[in-house]
Amino acid sequence: MYVYRCPHAHITLQSVISNLIFFEKCLADTADFILNFASMECYGEDVPHVLAVDDNLIDRKLVEKLLKSSSCRVTTAENGMRALEYLGLRENHQQNNGSKVNMIITDYCMPGMTGYELLQKIKESSWLKEVPVIIMSSENIPTRINECLEMGAEMFMLKPLKLSDVKKLRHQLTNVEVVKR
Amino acid sequence: MDAVTQLQRQFVEYTTSLYREGYLDDQFTQLQKLQDESNPDFVVEVVTLFFEDSEKLLNNLTAALQQENIDYKQVDAHVHQFKGSSSSIGAERVKNVCVVFRNYCDEKNLDGCVLCLQQAKNEYILIRNKLEALFNLEQQILQAGGSVPVMA
Repeated sequence: MYVYRCPHAHITLQSVISNLIFFEKCLADTADFILNFASMECYGEDVPHVLAVDDNLIDRKLVEKLLKSSSCRVTTAENGMRALEYLGLRENHQQNNGSKVNMIITDYCMPGMTGYELLQKIKESSWLKEVPVIIMSSENIPTRINECLEMGAEMFMLKPLKLSDVKKLRHQLTNVEVVKR
Repeated sequence: MDAVTQLQRQFVEYTTSLYREGYLDDQFTQLQKLQDESNPDFVVEVVTLFFEDSEKLLNNLTAALQQENIDYKQVDAHVHQFKGSSSSIGAERVKNVCVVFRNYCDEKNLDGCVLCLQQAKNEYILIRNKLEALFNLEQQILQAGGSVPVMA
């Protein structure tokens, strides 16, 4: 046993070591605790869940990061069909999977089903029609924009999306009534 | 001047020239702003996706323009994708070629399309080389123990 000759004569190297071992265990326990939460994807109820639909891989990654940077939980879909499946709105089989999303943001030009057609299907659904839908497009075509707004789109945004655009979206989310589970 | 400062200066000069010469536009800055501690390789990841996607698109375009009966709608669809992704990462010159390319598709102008495809390939190779050089500089700075300058 080593004894330190210092003002705190009662402190021994042995006791320092046991304290450190105890502290290390506390740190490990805390880390486990945090990891558990992360793996459970335990989000608070006020974290908005956004479904982002785009057939372009790079745009999907970009919109996902933009939304996550604005504290949103994000699910992505690569086309309209996948989006409808996720929302529980498939052709001959509709079921209310509970209000899974607080907002949908979709590209306009997509193969198979356009963003407009997707918007239409959402607005036709009794339990999804209140979910705000944002349409994005790289083309600034007034007739297209009006068509979407008339069909009930919350907003029309020009691509490529920037941080300032997503801040606007976020603001929109807090204003619109959130459909709770 | 020590090695880190020299590298940092090189980095700033190189980045500035890329913007000045129109290779990159503000959208690239947006990407850099999104990079943070939770996602420290975001820019490299997105740009790598862009490289892979672009090479596929350029191959598809080459094949599509070699067909007996060219499906201009299909060609246009590929160019539209390429225009979208280049625009999203800030590859301005590539995007500009795509705009012209789409016009030739509308006109079903084969010579115009073939010319644009070659230009698109050239611009793509240029921006790929320049971005790889930029990322290389970043790595050198980090390895020398410095931090990468943030462009305003």
